[in-house]
Amino acid sequence: MGVEICVEGLTKSFGHQVIWQDVSLTLPAGEVSVMLGPSGTGKSVFLKTLVGLLKPERGSVRVAGRDITRLREHDLYEVRKLFGVLFQDGALFGSMNLYDNIAFPLREHTRKSESEIRRIVLEKMDMVGLIGAEGKLPGEISGGMRKRAGLARALVLDPEIILFDEPDSGLDPVRVAYLNQLIVDLNAQIDATFLIVTHDIASARQVPDNIGLLFRRELVMFGPREDLLTSNEPVVRQFLNGRMQGPIGMAEEKDAAQVQQELAQIDERGPAEGLPPRLLPSPGITRPPRWEAIARREAGLRWEEVSGA
Amino acid sequence: MSLSPTGALRHSGNLFAMALDVVRTLPRRPFQAREFIQQAWFVASVTILPTALVSIPFGAVIALQIGSLTRQLGAQSFSGAASVLAVLREASPIVTALLIAGAGGTAICADLGARKIRDEIDAMQVLGIDPIHRLVVPRVLASMVVAVLLNGLVSVVGVAGGYFFNVVLQNGTPGAYLASFTTLAQLSDLWAAEFKALVFGAIAAIVASYKGLTAKGGPKGVGDAVNQSVVITFMLLFVTNFVMTAVYFQIVPQRG
Repeated sequence: MGVEICVEGLTKSFGHQVIWQDVSLTLPAGEVSVMLGPSGTGKSVFLKTLVGLLKPERGSVRVAGRDITRLREHDLYEVRKLFGVLFQDGALFGSMNLYDNIAFPLREHTRKSESEIRRIVLEKMDMVGLIGAEGKLPGEISGGMRKRAGLARALVLDPEIILFDEPDSGLDPVRVAYLNQLIVDLNAQIDATFLIVTHDIASARQVPDNIGLLFRRELVMFGPREDLLTSNEPVVRQFLNGRMQGPIGMAEEKDAAQVQQELAQIDERGPAEGLPPRLLPSPGITRPPRWEAIARREAGLRWEEVSGA
Repeated sequence: MSLSPTGALRHSGNLFAMALDVVRTLPRRPFQAREFIQQAWFVASVTILPTALVSIPFGAVIALQIGSLTRQLGAQSFSGAASVLAVLREASPIVTALLIAGAGGTAICADLGARKIRDEIDAMQVLGIDPIHRLVVPRVLASMVVAVLLNGLVSVVGVAGGYFFNVVLQNGTPGAYLASFTTLAQLSDLWAAEFKALVFGAIAAIVASYKGLTAKGGPKGVGDAVNQSVVITFMLLFVTNFVMTAVYFQIVPQRG
Protein backbone atom coordinates (compact mmCIF):
# COMPACT_ATOMS: atom_id res chain seq x y z
CA MET A 1 0.00 0.00 0.00
CA GLY A 2 3.03 2.24 0.24
CA VAL A 3 4.72 3.38 3.41
CA GLU A 4 5.21 6.88 4.78
CA ILE A 5 8.74 8.13 5.37
CA CYS A 6 9.10 10.73 8.09
CA VAL A 7 12.38 12.65 8.18
CA GLU A 8 13.10 14.93 11.13
CA GLY A 9 15.98 17.29 11.79
CA LEU A 10 18.38 15.30 9.64
CA THR A 11 21.96 16.61 9.51
CA LYS A 12 24.84 15.05 7.62
CA SER A 13 28.44 16.13 7.34
CA PHE A 14 31.66 14.61 6.07
CA GLY A 15 34.42 15.72 8.43
CA HIS A 16 33.95 19.45 8.93
CA GLN A 17 31.96 19.92 5.75
CA VAL A 18 28.23 20.09 6.40
CA ILE A 19 26.29 18.55 3.50
CA TRP A 20 22.86 19.65 4.69
CA GLN A 21 21.35 20.31 8.08
CA ASP A 22 18.03 20.14 9.82
CA VAL A 23 16.13 18.58 6.92
CA SER A 24 12.56 17.72 7.94
CA LEU A 25 9.94 16.41 5.56
CA THR A 26 7.32 13.70 5.20
CA LEU A 27 7.03 11.62 2.07
CA PRO A 28 3.31 10.76 2.03
CA ALA A 29 2.47 7.08 1.51
CA GLY A 30 1.78 6.12 -2.09
CA GLU A 31 2.68 9.52 -3.55
CA VAL A 32 5.41 10.57 -5.95
CA SER A 33 7.88 13.11 -4.60
CA VAL A 34 10.81 14.76 -6.36
CA MET A 35 13.91 16.11 -4.64
CA LEU A 36 15.52 18.84 -6.71
CA GLY A 37 18.76 20.65 -6.18
CA PRO A 38 21.78 22.02 -8.01
CA SER A 39 24.63 19.57 -8.60
CA GLY A 40 26.65 18.84 -5.49
CA THR A 41 24.01 19.68 -2.89
CA GLY A 42 24.01 16.16 -1.50
CA LYS A 43 20.90 14.75 -3.16
CA SER A 44 22.46 11.32 -3.54
CA VAL A 45 23.78 11.51 0.02
CA PHE A 46 20.21 12.23 1.16
CA LEU A 47 18.97 9.16 -0.68
CA LYS A 48 21.68 6.93 0.79
CA THR A 49 20.85 8.25 4.26
CA LEU A 50 17.19 7.29 3.79
CA VAL A 51 18.12 3.63 3.25
CA GLY A 52 20.67 3.64 6.07
CA LEU A 53 23.78 3.31 3.90
CA LEU A 54 25.10 6.49 5.51
CA LYS A 55 24.62 7.46 9.14
CA PRO A 56 23.51 11.05 9.78
CA GLU A 57 24.99 13.11 12.62
CA ARG A 58 21.58 14.11 13.96
CA GLY A 59 17.93 13.51 13.28
CA SER A 60 15.73 10.55 12.51
CA VAL A 61 14.26 8.73 9.51
CA ARG A 62 11.12 6.82 10.43
CA VAL A 63 9.92 4.15 8.03
CA ALA A 64 6.92 2.05 9.05
CA GLY A 65 7.36 3.29 12.62
CA ARG A 66 11.04 2.34 12.90
CA ASP A 67 13.94 4.76 13.02
CA ILE A 68 16.41 3.75 10.29
CA THR A 69 19.25 5.73 11.85
CA ARG A 70 19.11 3.78 15.11
CA LEU A 71 18.42 0.26 13.90
CA ARG A 72 20.88 -2.55 14.47
CA GLU A 73 22.55 -3.99 11.38
CA HIS A 74 20.36 -7.09 11.37
CA ASP A 75 17.06 -5.17 11.67
CA LEU A 76 18.28 -2.70 9.06
CA TYR A 77 18.53 -5.51 6.50
CA GLU A 78 14.93 -6.47 7.32
CA VAL A 79 13.60 -2.91 6.87
CA ARG A 80 15.55 -2.52 3.64
CA LYS A 81 13.44 -5.24 2.06
CA LEU A 82 10.71 -2.58 1.89
CA PHE A 83 12.93 -0.51 -0.40
CA GLY A 84 13.74 -0.69 -4.06
CA VAL A 85 16.52 1.63 -5.14
CA LEU A 86 17.55 2.60 -8.65
CA PHE A 87 21.15 3.79 -8.49
CA GLN A 88 22.62 6.33 -10.90
CA ASP A 89 24.29 3.84 -13.21
CA GLY A 90 21.94 0.99 -12.40
CA ALA A 91 24.57 -0.60 -10.09
CA LEU A 92 24.10 -3.96 -11.79
CA PHE A 93 26.37 -6.83 -10.77
CA GLY A 94 29.02 -6.80 -13.48
CA SER A 95 29.69 -10.53 -13.32
CA MET A 96 26.08 -11.59 -13.98
CA ASN A 97 23.92 -11.22 -17.08
CA LEU A 98 20.73 -9.15 -16.97
CA TYR A 99 18.49 -12.12 -16.23
CA ASP A 100 20.58 -13.26 -13.25
CA ASN A 101 20.87 -9.67 -12.03
CA ILE A 102 17.11 -9.26 -11.93
CA ALA A 103 16.56 -12.76 -10.52
CA PHE A 104 19.19 -12.16 -7.81
CA PRO A 105 16.90 -10.70 -5.08
CA LEU A 106 14.34 -13.45 -5.67
CA ARG A 107 16.94 -16.20 -5.41
CA GLU A 108 18.40 -14.68 -2.24
CA HIS A 109 15.23 -13.85 -0.37
CA THR A 110 12.50 -16.22 -1.54
CA ARG A 111 12.08 -19.95 -1.93
CA LYS A 112 10.35 -19.60 -5.29
CA SER A 113 10.92 -22.27 -7.90
CA GLU A 114 13.11 -21.45 -10.89
CA SER A 115 10.08 -21.45 -13.21
CA GLU A 116 8.24 -18.97 -11.01
CA ILE A 117 11.33 -16.77 -10.86
CA ARG A 118 11.51 -16.91 -14.63
CA ARG A 119 7.89 -15.76 -14.88
CA ILE A 120 8.42 -12.79 -12.52
CA VAL A 121 11.73 -11.75 -14.09
CA LEU A 122 10.34 -11.82 -17.63
CA GLU A 123 7.27 -9.87 -16.48
CA LYS A 124 9.46 -7.12 -15.00
CA MET A 125 11.77 -7.11 -18.01
CA ASP A 126 8.76 -6.73 -20.24
CA MET A 127 7.59 -3.81 -18.07
CA VAL A 128 10.84 -1.90 -18.68
CA GLY A 129 11.12 -3.05 -22.31
CA LEU A 130 14.15 -5.30 -22.03
CA ILE A 131 12.76 -8.53 -23.49
CA GLY A 132 15.42 -10.17 -25.65
CA ALA A 133 18.38 -8.78 -23.69
CA GLU A 134 18.33 -11.41 -20.92
CA GLY A 135 21.72 -12.89 -21.79
CA LYS A 136 23.61 -9.61 -22.09
CA LEU A 137 26.21 -8.56 -19.54
CA PRO A 138 25.90 -5.05 -18.01
CA GLY A 139 29.12 -4.04 -19.75
CA GLU A 140 27.66 -4.78 -23.17
CA ILE A 141 24.60 -2.52 -23.05
CA SER A 142 23.92 1.21 -23.13
CA GLY A 143 23.48 3.41 -20.06
CA GLY A 144 19.74 3.68 -20.66
CA MET A 145 19.34 -0.08 -20.74
CA ARG A 146 21.42 -0.43 -17.58
CA LYS A 147 19.08 2.01 -15.87
CA ARG A 148 16.00 0.15 -16.96
CA ALA A 149 17.54 -3.16 -15.87
CA GLY A 150 18.38 -1.59 -12.50
CA LEU A 151 14.73 -0.51 -12.22
CA ALA A 152 13.52 -4.02 -13.04
CA ARG A 153 15.78 -5.42 -10.33
CA ALA A 154 14.49 -2.84 -7.84
CA LEU A 155 10.92 -3.94 -8.65
CA VAL A 156 11.11 -7.74 -8.33
CA LEU A 157 10.54 -7.88 -4.59
CA ASP A 158 7.43 -5.67 -4.86
CA PRO A 159 8.87 -2.86 -2.72
CA GLU A 160 6.72 -0.44 -0.72
CA ILE A 161 9.14 2.43 -1.35
CA ILE A 162 11.09 3.09 -4.54
CA LEU A 163 13.94 5.57 -4.62
CA PHE A 164 15.33 6.81 -7.95
CA ASP A 165 18.77 8.40 -8.07
CA GLU A 166 18.79 10.65 -11.15
CA PRO A 167 16.79 8.34 -13.41
CA ASP A 168 17.07 10.86 -16.25
CA SER A 169 20.79 11.70 -16.20
CA GLY A 170 22.59 10.61 -19.34
CA LEU A 171 19.41 9.70 -21.21
CA ASP A 172 18.06 11.34 -24.37
CA PRO A 173 14.83 13.38 -24.06
CA VAL A 174 12.69 10.69 -25.68
CA ARG A 175 13.91 8.00 -23.29
CA VAL A 176 13.39 10.42 -20.39
CA ALA A 177 9.78 10.89 -21.50
CA TYR A 178 9.27 7.11 -21.67
CA LEU A 179 10.89 6.67 -18.27
CA ASN A 180 8.67 9.37 -16.74
CA GLN A 181 5.61 7.65 -18.18
CA LEU A 182 6.90 4.35 -16.78
CA ILE A 183 7.30 5.91 -13.33
CA VAL A 184 3.75 7.27 -13.36
CA ASP A 185 2.34 3.96 -14.65
CA LEU A 186 4.23 2.06 -11.98
CA ASN A 187 2.88 4.34 -9.27
CA ALA A 188 -0.66 3.71 -10.47
CA GLN A 189 -0.06 -0.06 -10.62
CA ILE A 190 1.86 -0.84 -7.44
CA ASP A 191 0.90 2.09 -5.22
CA ALA A 192 4.34 2.37 -3.62
CA THR A 193 5.88 5.57 -2.23
CA PHE A 194 8.23 7.11 -4.81
CA LEU A 195 11.12 9.50 -4.28
CA ILE A 196 12.96 10.77 -7.34
CA VAL A 197 16.22 12.65 -6.93
CA THR A 198 17.02 14.70 -10.01
CA HIS A 199 17.93 18.06 -11.46
CA ASP A 200 15.77 17.69 -14.54
CA ILE A 201 13.15 20.44 -14.27
CA ALA A 202 10.92 19.13 -17.05
CA SER A 203 10.38 15.83 -15.21
CA ALA A 204 9.90 17.66 -11.92
CA ARG A 205 7.12 19.77 -13.44
CA GLN A 206 5.14 16.86 -14.88
CA VAL A 207 5.59 13.81 -12.69
CA PRO A 208 5.33 14.36 -8.92
CA ASP A 209 2.74 15.08 -6.25
CA ASN A 210 5.35 16.83 -4.10
CA ILE A 211 8.55 18.72 -4.80
CA GLY A 212 11.43 19.54 -2.48
CA LEU A 213 14.45 21.74 -3.18
CA LEU A 214 17.84 21.34 -1.52
CA PHE A 215 20.12 24.37 -1.70
CA ARG A 216 22.81 25.94 0.42
CA ARG A 217 23.01 23.05 2.87
CA GLU A 218 19.33 23.05 3.70
CA LEU A 219 15.90 22.09 2.46
CA VAL A 220 14.58 25.35 1.01
CA MET A 221 11.07 24.11 0.51
CA PHE A 222 9.05 20.92 0.41
CA GLY A 223 5.39 20.75 -0.49
CA PRO A 224 2.72 19.96 -3.06
CA ARG A 225 3.79 20.44 -6.67
CA GLU A 226 1.36 23.34 -7.23
CA ASP A 227 2.84 25.30 -4.29
CA LEU A 228 6.39 25.06 -5.56
CA LEU A 229 5.61 25.70 -9.20
CA THR A 230 3.81 28.92 -8.26
CA SER A 231 6.20 29.91 -5.47
CA ASN A 232 7.84 33.34 -5.39
CA GLU A 233 10.84 32.17 -3.40
CA PRO A 234 13.83 33.40 -5.47
CA VAL A 235 15.80 30.15 -5.27
CA VAL A 236 12.81 28.04 -6.26
CA ARG A 237 11.91 30.33 -9.15
CA GLN A 238 15.49 30.47 -10.41
CA PHE A 239 15.90 26.71 -10.33
CA LEU A 240 12.55 25.85 -11.86
CA ASN A 241 13.10 28.36 -14.65
CA GLY A 242 16.71 27.33 -15.18
CA ARG A 243 18.07 30.88 -15.44
CA MET A 244 21.29 32.52 -14.30
CA GLN A 245 19.77 35.45 -12.40
CA GLY A 246 19.20 34.55 -8.77
CA PRO A 247 20.92 33.22 -5.67
CA ILE A 248 22.39 30.07 -7.30
CA GLY A 249 25.80 30.76 -8.84
CA MET A 250 28.15 28.73 -11.00
CA ALA A 251 30.53 27.70 -8.23
CA GLU A 252 28.46 27.90 -5.07
CA GLU A 253 26.38 30.91 -4.12
CA LYS A 254 26.53 34.61 -4.94
CA ASP A 255 26.76 37.60 -2.62
CA ALA A 256 23.52 39.17 -1.51
CA ALA A 257 23.96 42.54 -3.27
CA GLN A 258 24.49 40.94 -6.66
CA VAL A 259 21.42 38.76 -6.19
CA GLN A 260 19.29 41.81 -5.36
CA GLN A 261 20.51 43.59 -8.45
CA GLU A 262 19.87 40.62 -10.71
CA LEU A 263 16.44 39.99 -9.30
CA ALA A 264 15.51 43.61 -9.89
CA GLN A 265 16.50 43.24 -13.53
CA ILE A 266 14.12 40.41 -14.24
CA ASP A 267 10.72 41.86 -14.89
CA GLU A 268 8.84 39.91 -12.26
CA ARG A 269 6.62 37.10 -13.46
CA GLY A 270 7.06 37.66 -17.18
CA PRO A 271 4.31 35.99 -19.10
CA ALA A 272 2.06 34.01 -16.79
CA GLU A 273 2.95 30.39 -17.30
CA GLY A 274 0.24 28.58 -15.39
CA LEU A 275 0.70 25.05 -14.17
CA PRO A 276 2.16 22.62 -16.65
CA PRO A 277 -0.11 19.61 -17.22
CA ARG A 278 0.49 16.54 -15.09
CA LEU A 279 1.55 13.29 -16.59
CA LEU A 280 -1.24 10.72 -16.15
CA PRO A 281 -1.02 6.91 -16.30
CA SER A 282 -1.28 5.40 -19.78
CA PRO A 283 -4.80 4.68 -21.01
CA GLY A 284 -4.51 0.89 -20.67
CA ILE A 285 -3.81 1.03 -16.95
CA THR A 286 -6.62 0.83 -14.41
CA ARG A 287 -6.35 3.88 -12.21
CA PRO A 288 -6.70 3.54 -8.46
CA PRO A 289 -8.94 6.12 -6.71
CA ARG A 290 -5.98 8.41 -6.00
CA TRP A 291 -5.16 8.74 -9.68
CA GLU A 292 -8.85 9.06 -10.60
CA ALA A 293 -8.99 12.11 -8.35
CA ILE A 294 -5.84 13.58 -9.85
CA ALA A 295 -7.14 13.03 -13.38
CA ARG A 296 -10.44 14.74 -12.51
CA ARG A 297 -8.62 17.70 -10.97
CA GLU A 298 -6.36 17.97 -14.01
CA ALA A 299 -9.33 17.87 -16.39
CA GLY A 300 -10.99 20.61 -14.30
CA LEU A 301 -7.89 22.82 -14.47
CA ARG A 302 -7.57 22.41 -18.23
CA TRP A 303 -11.27 23.14 -18.66
CA GLU A 304 -10.96 26.36 -16.62
CA GLU A 305 -8.04 27.43 -18.78
CA VAL A 306 -9.91 26.79 -22.02
CA SER A 307 -13.13 28.44 -20.87
CA GLY A 308 -11.22 31.35 -19.32
CA ALA A 309 -9.39 32.08 -22.58
CA MET B 1 42.83 8.44 3.88
CA SER B 2 44.07 10.69 6.63
CA LEU B 3 47.52 10.32 8.11
CA SER B 4 46.60 11.45 11.62
CA PRO B 5 47.16 9.01 14.46
CA THR B 6 43.43 8.85 15.19
CA GLY B 7 42.82 7.98 11.54
CA ALA B 8 45.28 5.09 11.72
CA LEU B 9 43.69 3.88 14.94
CA ARG B 10 40.23 4.11 13.45
CA HIS B 11 41.28 2.10 10.40
CA SER B 12 42.84 -0.65 12.49
CA GLY B 13 39.76 -0.67 14.69
CA ASN B 14 37.50 -1.00 11.66
CA LEU B 15 39.70 -3.77 10.28
CA PHE B 16 39.38 -5.76 13.51
CA ALA B 17 35.66 -5.02 13.65
CA MET B 18 35.30 -6.53 10.21
CA ALA B 19 37.39 -9.55 11.17
CA LEU B 20 35.01 -10.08 14.11
CA ASP B 21 32.03 -9.65 11.80
CA VAL B 22 33.46 -12.34 9.54
CA VAL B 23 33.83 -14.72 12.50
CA ARG B 24 30.31 -13.93 13.69
CA THR B 25 28.82 -14.35 10.22
CA LEU B 26 30.70 -17.61 9.58
CA PRO B 27 28.03 -19.97 10.94
CA ARG B 28 25.11 -18.13 9.34
CA ARG B 29 23.01 -20.17 6.90
CA PRO B 30 22.68 -20.55 3.98
CA PHE B 31 26.37 -21.11 3.37
CA GLN B 32 27.40 -19.56 0.04
CA ALA B 33 28.83 -22.79 -1.37
CA ARG B 34 28.76 -21.67 -4.98
CA GLU B 35 30.62 -18.44 -4.29
CA PHE B 36 33.09 -20.37 -2.11
CA ILE B 37 33.91 -22.89 -4.84
CA GLN B 38 34.19 -20.19 -7.48
CA GLN B 39 36.50 -18.14 -5.30
CA ALA B 40 38.61 -21.12 -4.23
CA TRP B 41 39.03 -22.07 -7.87
CA PHE B 42 39.84 -18.49 -8.77
CA VAL B 43 42.40 -17.95 -6.00
CA ALA B 44 43.99 -21.31 -6.77
CA SER B 45 44.18 -20.55 -10.49
CA VAL B 46 45.98 -17.24 -9.95
CA THR B 47 48.41 -18.63 -7.35
CA ILE B 48 49.35 -22.22 -8.27
CA LEU B 49 51.73 -21.55 -11.15
CA PRO B 50 53.58 -18.59 -9.60
CA THR B 51 53.86 -20.53 -6.33
CA ALA B 52 55.41 -23.55 -8.01
CA LEU B 53 57.76 -21.34 -10.01
CA VAL B 54 58.82 -19.37 -6.94
CA SER B 55 59.31 -22.39 -4.70
CA ILE B 56 61.80 -24.14 -7.03
CA PRO B 57 64.45 -21.41 -6.83
CA PHE B 58 63.55 -20.86 -3.17
CA GLY B 59 64.30 -24.51 -2.39
CA ALA B 60 67.44 -24.27 -4.49
CA VAL B 61 68.75 -21.22 -2.64
CA ILE B 62 68.20 -22.89 0.71
CA ALA B 63 69.93 -26.05 -0.57
CA LEU B 64 72.89 -24.04 -1.81
CA GLN B 65 73.24 -22.06 1.40
CA ILE B 66 72.87 -25.08 3.63
CA GLY B 67 75.10 -27.18 1.39
CA SER B 68 78.00 -24.81 1.73
CA LEU B 69 77.30 -24.10 5.41
CA THR B 70 77.26 -27.76 6.37
CA ARG B 71 80.47 -28.32 4.42
CA GLN B 72 82.16 -25.48 6.30
CA LEU B 73 80.99 -26.94 9.58
CA GLY B 74 81.88 -30.46 8.53
CA ALA B 75 78.34 -31.69 8.94
CA GLN B 76 77.48 -32.77 5.40
CA SER B 77 75.41 -35.63 6.70
CA PHE B 78 72.97 -33.12 8.13
CA SER B 79 72.43 -31.13 4.93
CA GLY B 80 69.25 -33.02 4.11
CA ALA B 81 67.89 -32.57 7.60
CA ALA B 82 68.65 -28.87 7.66
CA SER B 83 67.19 -28.07 4.28
CA VAL B 84 63.96 -29.97 4.98
CA LEU B 85 63.66 -28.12 8.25
CA ALA B 86 64.21 -24.74 6.61
CA VAL B 87 61.78 -25.39 3.77
CA LEU B 88 59.09 -26.89 5.94
CA ARG B 89 59.18 -24.52 8.87
CA GLU B 90 59.81 -21.12 7.36
CA ALA B 91 60.14 -21.07 3.60
CA SER B 92 56.87 -22.67 2.65
CA PRO B 93 54.53 -20.64 4.90
CA ILE B 94 56.31 -17.43 3.88
CA VAL B 95 56.22 -18.22 0.15
CA THR B 96 52.57 -19.18 0.51
CA ALA B 97 51.84 -15.96 2.39
CA LEU B 98 53.57 -13.78 -0.19
CA LEU B 99 51.71 -15.37 -3.07
CA ILE B 100 48.34 -15.52 -1.36
CA ALA B 101 48.67 -11.82 -0.48
CA GLY B 102 50.35 -10.79 -3.71
CA ALA B 103 48.28 -12.75 -6.20
CA GLY B 104 45.08 -13.79 -4.38
CA GLY B 105 44.64 -10.80 -2.05
CA THR B 106 45.20 -8.19 -4.75
CA ALA B 107 42.67 -9.90 -7.01
CA ILE B 108 40.09 -10.00 -4.19
CA CYS B 109 40.76 -6.36 -3.27
CA ALA B 110 40.54 -5.14 -6.87
CA ASP B 111 37.34 -7.11 -7.48
CA LEU B 112 35.56 -5.85 -4.35
CA GLY B 113 36.93 -2.32 -4.84
CA ALA B 114 35.59 -2.15 -8.39
CA ARG B 115 32.20 -3.37 -7.13
CA LYS B 116 32.25 -0.78 -4.35
CA ILE B 117 32.87 2.22 -6.59
CA ARG B 118 30.24 1.05 -9.07
CA ASP B 119 27.67 1.11 -6.20
CA GLU B 120 27.22 -2.67 -6.50
CA ILE B 121 27.94 -3.16 -2.80
CA ASP B 122 25.42 -0.45 -1.86
CA ALA B 123 22.88 -2.02 -4.19
CA MET B 124 23.46 -5.37 -2.52
CA GLN B 125 22.95 -3.88 0.95
CA VAL B 126 19.77 -2.18 -0.20
CA LEU B 127 18.52 -5.49 -1.56
CA GLY B 128 18.85 -6.70 2.03
CA ILE B 129 21.96 -8.82 1.49
CA ASP B 130 24.92 -8.56 3.83
CA PRO B 131 28.11 -8.31 1.71
CA ILE B 132 30.11 -9.81 4.58
CA HIS B 133 28.00 -12.94 4.47
CA ARG B 134 27.59 -13.08 0.70
CA LEU B 135 31.05 -12.00 -0.49
CA VAL B 136 33.64 -11.76 2.27
CA VAL B 137 33.09 -15.02 4.19
CA PRO B 138 33.36 -17.25 1.09
CA ARG B 139 36.51 -15.40 0.03
CA VAL B 140 38.14 -15.72 3.44
CA LEU B 141 37.35 -19.44 3.60
CA ALA B 142 38.51 -19.98 0.01
CA SER B 143 41.76 -18.18 0.66
CA MET B 144 42.35 -20.21 3.85
CA VAL B 145 41.76 -23.54 2.11
CA VAL B 146 43.90 -22.62 -0.87
CA ALA B 147 46.68 -21.36 1.41
CA VAL B 148 46.77 -24.71 3.24
CA LEU B 149 46.91 -26.62 -0.05
CA LEU B 150 49.51 -24.27 -1.50
CA ASN B 151 51.65 -24.74 1.59
CA GLY B 152 51.69 -28.47 0.86
CA LEU B 153 52.64 -27.78 -2.74
CA VAL B 154 55.46 -25.44 -1.75
CA SER B 155 56.82 -27.95 0.75
CA VAL B 156 56.90 -30.73 -1.83
CA VAL B 157 58.36 -28.60 -4.61
CA GLY B 158 60.84 -26.92 -2.25
CA VAL B 159 62.11 -30.20 -0.82
CA ALA B 160 62.34 -31.73 -4.30
CA GLY B 161 64.23 -28.68 -5.55
CA GLY B 162 66.56 -28.88 -2.57
CA TYR B 163 67.21 -32.54 -3.25
CA PHE B 164 67.96 -31.85 -6.91
CA PHE B 165 70.44 -29.08 -6.17
CA ASN B 166 72.12 -30.82 -3.28
CA VAL B 167 72.44 -34.25 -4.85
CA VAL B 168 72.82 -33.46 -8.54
CA LEU B 169 74.60 -30.13 -8.55
CA GLN B 170 76.58 -30.22 -5.31
CA ASN B 171 77.42 -33.92 -5.52
CA GLY B 172 75.81 -34.78 -2.19
CA THR B 173 75.02 -38.40 -1.42
CA PRO B 174 71.36 -39.26 -2.05
CA GLY B 175 71.29 -41.81 0.72
CA ALA B 176 72.65 -39.47 3.37
CA TYR B 177 70.33 -36.70 2.24
CA LEU B 178 67.23 -38.87 2.44
CA ALA B 179 68.26 -40.69 5.60
CA SER B 180 68.77 -37.48 7.54
CA PHE B 181 65.32 -36.16 6.61
CA THR B 182 63.75 -37.01 9.93
CA THR B 183 66.67 -36.39 12.25
CA LEU B 184 65.64 -32.82 12.94
CA ALA B 185 62.25 -32.30 11.35
CA GLN B 186 59.14 -33.88 12.86
CA LEU B 187 55.53 -34.19 11.89
CA SER B 188 54.45 -31.34 14.15
CA ASP B 189 56.57 -29.02 11.99
CA LEU B 190 54.28 -29.79 9.08
CA TRP B 191 51.14 -29.21 11.14
CA ALA B 192 52.52 -25.95 12.45
CA ALA B 193 53.35 -24.81 8.92
CA GLU B 194 49.87 -25.71 7.68
CA PHE B 195 48.34 -23.86 10.62
CA LYS B 196 50.46 -20.82 9.80
CA ALA B 197 49.30 -20.97 6.18
CA LEU B 198 45.69 -21.17 7.36
CA VAL B 199 46.08 -18.02 9.47
CA PHE B 200 47.98 -16.20 6.70
CA GLY B 201 45.25 -17.02 4.20
CA ALA B 202 42.63 -15.61 6.56
CA ILE B 203 44.62 -12.41 7.23
CA ALA B 204 45.33 -11.81 3.54
CA ALA B 205 41.67 -12.24 2.57
CA ILE B 206 40.31 -10.14 5.44
CA VAL B 207 42.68 -7.24 4.80
CA ALA B 208 42.02 -7.41 1.04
CA SER B 209 38.26 -7.47 1.60
CA TYR B 210 38.40 -4.62 4.10
CA LYS B 211 40.44 -2.44 1.77
CA GLY B 212 38.25 -3.35 -1.19
CA LEU B 213 34.99 -2.63 0.61
CA THR B 214 36.22 0.74 1.88
CA ALA B 215 37.67 1.87 -1.46
CA LYS B 216 36.49 5.30 -2.54
CA GLY B 217 37.30 8.01 -5.02
CA GLY B 218 36.84 6.26 -8.34
CA PRO B 219 39.28 4.00 -10.22
CA LYS B 220 42.28 5.63 -8.55
CA GLY B 221 40.81 4.71 -5.18
CA VAL B 222 40.76 1.04 -6.19
CA GLY B 223 44.43 1.21 -7.18
CA ASP B 224 45.31 2.82 -3.85
CA ALA B 225 43.28 0.22 -1.97
CA VAL B 226 45.10 -2.66 -3.69
CA ASN B 227 48.46 -1.07 -2.98
CA GLN B 228 47.63 -0.50 0.70
CA SER B 229 46.17 -3.97 1.11
CA VAL B 230 49.42 -5.62 -0.07
CA VAL B 231 51.58 -3.45 2.20
CA ILE B 232 49.36 -3.95 5.26
CA THR B 233 49.04 -7.68 4.64
CA PHE B 234 52.80 -8.16 4.35
CA MET B 235 53.44 -6.26 7.57
CA LEU B 236 50.79 -8.23 9.45
CA LEU B 237 51.97 -11.54 8.02
CA PHE B 238 55.59 -11.10 9.07
CA VAL B 239 54.64 -10.02 12.57
CA THR B 240 52.18 -12.90 12.91
CA ASN B 241 54.80 -15.30 11.58
CA PHE B 242 57.26 -14.17 14.21
CA VAL B 243 54.76 -14.53 17.03
CA MET B 244 53.55 -17.94 15.88
CA THR B 245 57.10 -19.24 15.49
CA ALA B 246 58.01 -18.05 18.99
CA VAL B 247 54.92 -19.71 20.45
CA TYR B 248 55.61 -22.89 18.50
CA PHE B 249 59.08 -23.27 20.02
CA GLN B 250 57.62 -22.79 23.47
CA ILE B 251 54.90 -25.40 23.25
CA VAL B 252 56.39 -28.12 21.02
CA PRO B 253 59.47 -29.96 22.33
CA GLN B 254 62.29 -30.02 19.78
CA ARG B 255 64.35 -33.01 18.71
CA GLY B 256 68.01 -33.60 19.25
